Amino acid sequence: MTPFVADLLIPVGKIIAVILYPMIMVMVMIWLERRVVALMQGRLGPNRVGFQGVLQPVADAAKLFFKEDIIPRQADKRLFNISPILVMFSSLLAFCFIPLGEPLRVGTYTLTLWIADSPVGLLIVLGLSAISVFGVIFGGWASNSKYPLMGALRSVVQVLSYEIPAGLTVLTVAFAARSMDLVEIVRRQESSGIWYGFLMPVSFVVFWISAVAETNRAPFDLPEAESELVAGYHTEYSGMKFAYFYMAEYAHMVLASSLVVLLFFGGWLPPFQGVKALAFLHAVPGFVWYLIKIMFFLYLYVWIRATFPRYRFDSLIRLVWKWLIPLALANFLAVALVRFLR
Amino acid sequence: MAFKEIELNMGPQHPSTHGVLRLKLAVDNEVVLGIEPVLGYLHRGMEKLWESLTYVQVVPLTDRLDYLASLSNNLGYVLTVERLAGIEIPRRAQYIRVVLAELQRLASHLAWAGFMANDIGAMSVLLYGFEAREEILDIFEEYCGARLTIHGIRIGGVIHDIDTGLVSRIRTVLTNIPKRLADIRTLLDENRIWKQRTVGVGRIAAAEAIDYGLTGPPLRACGVAWDMRKDIPYSSYGDFDFDVPLGRNGDVYDRYAVRLEEIGQSIRIVGQALDGLPEGPFMAKMPRVLKIAPGEAFHTIEAPKGVLGFTIRSNGTDKPERVKMKSPSFINLQSLEHMCKGNLFSDVVGILGSLDIVLGEIDK
Repeated sequence: MTPFVADLLIPVGKIIAVILYPMIMVMVMIWLERRVVALMQGRLGPNRVGFQGVLQPVADAAKLFFKEDIIPRQADKRLFNISPILVMFSSLLAFCFIPLGEPLRVGTYTLTLWIADSPVGLLIVLGLSAISVFGVIFGGWASNSKYPLMGALRSVVQVLSYEIPAGLTVLTVAFAARSMDLVEIVRRQESSGIWYGFLMPVSFVVFWISAVAETNRAPFDLPEAESELVAGYHTEYSGMKFAYFYMAEYAHMVLASSLVVLLFFGGWLPPFQGVKALAFLHAVPGFVWYLIKIMFFLYLYVWIRATFPRYRFDSLIRLVWKWLIPLALANFLAVALVRFLR
Repeated sequence: MAFKEIELNMGPQHPSTHGVLRLKLAVDNEVVLGIEPVLGYLHRGMEKLWESLTYVQVVPLTDRLDYLASLSNNLGYVLTVERLAGIEIPRRAQYIRVVLAELQRLASHLAWAGFMANDIGAMSVLLYGFEAREEILDIFEEYCGARLTIHGIRIGGVIHDIDTGLVSRIRTVLTNIPKRLADIRTLLDENRIWKQRTVGVGRIAAAEAIDYGLTGPPLRACGVAWDMRKDIPYSSYGDFDFDVPLGRNGDVYDRYAVRLEEIGQSIRIVGQALDGLPEGPFMAKMPRVLKIAPGEAFHTIEAPKGVLGFTIRSNGTDKPERVKMKSPSFINLQSLEHMCKGNLFSDVVGILGSLDIVLGEIDK
């Protein structure tokens, strides 16, 4: 392979892919959500644009693109413009550290299915996704309006609170894998023969609840509770800036699902590794398994949304501080103890 | 971060103020300190308008009051006119009126269950409620062609007779509703989040509720057995055997429970009315032009939202001199501030939803 291809074309291709991949997943997710929720409620949902309405998100994005970009007169313009970018950037950048599979060998060249491999990839991803809080509070504050401000305040309290149990459970995974490298964590699950979701179910449950809460999704969608705060922190946004917030929310969901799959459900590993009779499952490419697992968790998001009412703010905070954090701490201590005794 | 008290404007364009209600809220962070409802965005001058119309022409306009229960408004107005004019209504017409009014109550309560659940964030219930309501609206459509502003009840009787085909159709729908209701109950009744949001929220004691003039399901949720159909029967409601579901705590959950129970009772009443449907005309003999001798009459019915009353003063012409309406939504809304004070902002939408207001009736 020529150095031109290896050093220039492939990195550029990867950069394009890392933007396209989350975007495509976001589109799929938006379509999936609207269709699945509709079917659960005995409706049809969007089914006109493209096959079964798959192009509906594209049509929506195109519409938003051509809409007038309104900046409220009372808004702080600089912050107002920066916050959608910040939210979008933080969620997209995190995808650079999300591996999609084992490296592929093309002749002598090894094609890695990630952009950046870091020994502390897990920390970086968590840190980057936390940056989006700044976007939310800047957006809510800069709008200089009451509903966005209340939405932003709720969002900050919520995301910061739920990051504690999420962090504590992520630590248990790091303990079990003795690594914070996302690729390494998956490899350890392969070599140990058991996925961490089954090894440490408490960690998985706590992490998943926190992930739903951090992405501001039902039943934890208080920051943008439609019936209370109209649209929460992005009430004053319109056009493409609104689309940024909207897409970033879905990108965060994809990110959270990817993390759950990587940390707890063996990433691209096929299921039933130990069972000889099911060895044919290995023939399916790892990436497909990976996508199926992500889709399952995205579906779970939709399912939860169609089922549950919304939490109230006080019970939401009570849930995290009185239940999830003590549970996560106890779980953390238990895992540490087991690790220490072994 | 602590706010000082800020004033928050909710509506008239807001997803959960059920139309064009505007609430001026005083909030401290998320805690509600005071609420002032601002009315009049849907004011059409109904009561004044009626003074220039004949008694018969008024009936279709009453459809536009509580537009989720137009037949109940028809019934309330028509019964008052009939009392004023001293018209005897054939028993068959009375029974058909009961069937229509109870179907309307079902439709109204099912729509309410959906709106209320949607306010609290359970979006699927909205569609489940509407799906069941849709079947009832289909019956109305088959009965007289209209679905929302039905105008099915006329002075002197009802607009059409119901034939055996429609009767069997209604029976099928009545067997379908409990299934849909079971779906809603599965999603909400024992749901922890739903209970956290509703139990003990927006409480009002029975004595206070009576002082505020609360009627309908919100009053019965406090444990006060006050139902016009039982206590002052009209339109041969006395013939039917049904219970008045009561709550105990007067909170949002009890209002929810009482309304869902009432759906079951309404199904019972419609079944009995269809079973015992007497033979005879569906319309009394009416003069071509209805002129009513000077006098005044007041009549109340149990509408889905509460006690609906009309006062009509006649002056010997074919037009009423004055019509005054006692609208349940308007009176029930008054207790909103009492229920919301000290609660969280999120509860306001839930409490408002539990009162089941319709702005067409409040602003008139």
